[in-house]
Amino acid sequence: MRRIRRWGPGLLLVSPSILLIAVFVYGLIGWNIKVSLSDWRTAVPSSKYKGLAAYRDLQSDPAWSVNLHHILLFTVTFIVGALLVGLTLAFLLEKGVRGEGFFRSVYLFPMAVSFIAAGVVWRWLMNPAPGNRATGLNVVFDKLGVGFLANQWYLGQDWGMAAMALPAIWALSGYVMALFLAGFRGVPEELREAARMDGASEFRVYRHVVFPHLRPVTLSALIILGHISIKVFDLIVAIGGKQLITQVPAVYMWILIYDARDYAKGAAIATLLLIGISALIIPYLVYTVRSERRA
Amino acid sequence: MSTSTAAPIPVAPVRAPRARRRGRVRLLKYVVLLLFAIVILMPVYVLIVTSFKGGGEIDPAHAWSIPHLWTVDAWRQAWNGLSPNLGNSFKLVIPATLLSTLLGSLNGFVLSKWRFPGADFVFTFFLFGMFIPYQAVMIPLTQLFEDVNFPAGIPRLVFAHIVYGIPITALIFRNYYATIPEDLMEAARMDRAGMFRTYWSVVLPISAPAFVVAAIWQFTSIWNDFLFAVFIITDPAKWPVTVALNNVTGSFVTPYNVQMSAAVLASLPTLIVYVLLGRYFMRGLMAGALKG
Repeated sequence: MRRIRRWGPGLLLVSPSILLIAVFVYGLIGWNIKVSLSDWRTAVPSSKYKGLAAYRDLQSDPAWSVNLHHILLFTVTFIVGALLVGLTLAFLLEKGVRGEGFFRSVYLFPMAVSFIAAGVVWRWLMNPAPGNRATGLNVVFDKLGVGFLANQWYLGQDWGMAAMALPAIWALSGYVMALFLAGFRGVPEELREAARMDGASEFRVYRHVVFPHLRPVTLSALIILGHISIKVFDLIVAIGGKQLITQVPAVYMWILIYDARDYAKGAAIATLLLIGISALIIPYLVYTVRSERRA
Repeated sequence: MSTSTAAPIPVAPVRAPRARRRGRVRLLKYVVLLLFAIVILMPVYVLIVTSFKGGGEIDPAHAWSIPHLWTVDAWRQAWNGLSPNLGNSFKLVIPATLLSTLLGSLNGFVLSKWRFPGADFVFTFFLFGMFIPYQAVMIPLTQLFEDVNFPAGIPRLVFAHIVYGIPITALIFRNYYATIPEDLMEAARMDRAGMFRTYWSVVLPISAPAFVVAAIWQFTSIWNDFLFAVFIITDPAKWPVTVALNNVTGSFVTPYNVQMSAAVLASLPTLIVYVLLGRYFMRGLMAGALKG
């Protein structure tokens, strides 16, 4: 009884939040799944059970397979690019350089800008218009005498979504740098020193001492970038709008709800997004909470 | 004998090339760092330069050059178009940030210092809500707002950001409060201070850094949010600035100089916060990666 009096008030204080999360996260997810299984395919809400009809529709929808292809190419380019740039920057900053604070602030500043605002500039930079209507990077290539590099960017038929990943890499590689920098600094100096005493070259110190220590950070970065990528929405809308050539699942869902009023199909996409992200996040959460408890 | 012959080790000639090489490596490092900085700042150059150009200078021939004639015409146009929406964004972001930060502080306090059985489970239960794609709740959420007649417009958005901000704010405060020494809590316990007394007189007075981190995080993500706003707000007069900006720039009739000044205008509040409080911004980011 006395123990309940001890922790009771705490539980009471958190309970409104528990209730809100229970209803608005878990409850609404359940409701969304129910919508995806219904026959709500018009502006008039309906809750008649229709099984997996909306999912089957999606499977045979040519736009959907285009979406999946796009998101895959975008994700791979984005993750590889952001990891490489972030790791390089952290590696260069790791041992401390003059003006580190300045460089860090510059690399991280894109995180403070919305994808919608960044999209405005990037659409200009990656303008695919030919000849005398060209702007942005194509003009730079032309002036630098490497005009053959000029390309269609995000409107390219095959590699457009790889170009679309450039602004995302721009936006998030600073964040990845910050993660890796924390990782580098977490390697005990004694370990490096011990390896050097054993006659290891600086290269081998990195290869065998420092990089193995970065594995947990790399995992975190991968998962964070991965879940951002799967649900990418604002950036695509800002640069490509609603056109099919840059469409991804989150954008298609928006079109289905707002233009086509096909709620069941939209909800089906949302459910699939959730499943994709949960496959990444749930093991990560379990792993993190468990290793925290061990510490 | 042998020692005397070995004595004059040619120290200088060996060291010099190595030092020179180290110097060259260092130089290379700075060059690469600077190149990256230039690439990352390139969009900023474009934004600023283009936004001060007059209508006659935005053609491709002058694409990258600085304006011959600096003018604020584009800025004036952008301001006229966006100022009501900037107002909406402030009406949204201020109450939402304050309330969710306060809620986060209370949750973080209980989850780290006034724990109950199952507190870790509750925390994990919260955290999942941080990573979900919000698309997965969007259709029912808008439906629910209609069903219960929730006041339309900004209040709906404030509510949504407070609810979906619970996980990240709880995380930031819980991480921070975990660093409060147990002795301090023990002292409060000795004084038989209750939960609220302890929170008010022991925990809250040293919470300022966490409040700043959480408030910056919430301010930035709510200001920059597009997804919730575009689904929840149907009345264009109530649009926050992100949705209005996308509407302005999405129509290809808007000239580049106006588009660019509108983009800067919409980003200024978060950029100012970043410049002034970047240190805390970084801490929020690291908390977002779970392992603060």
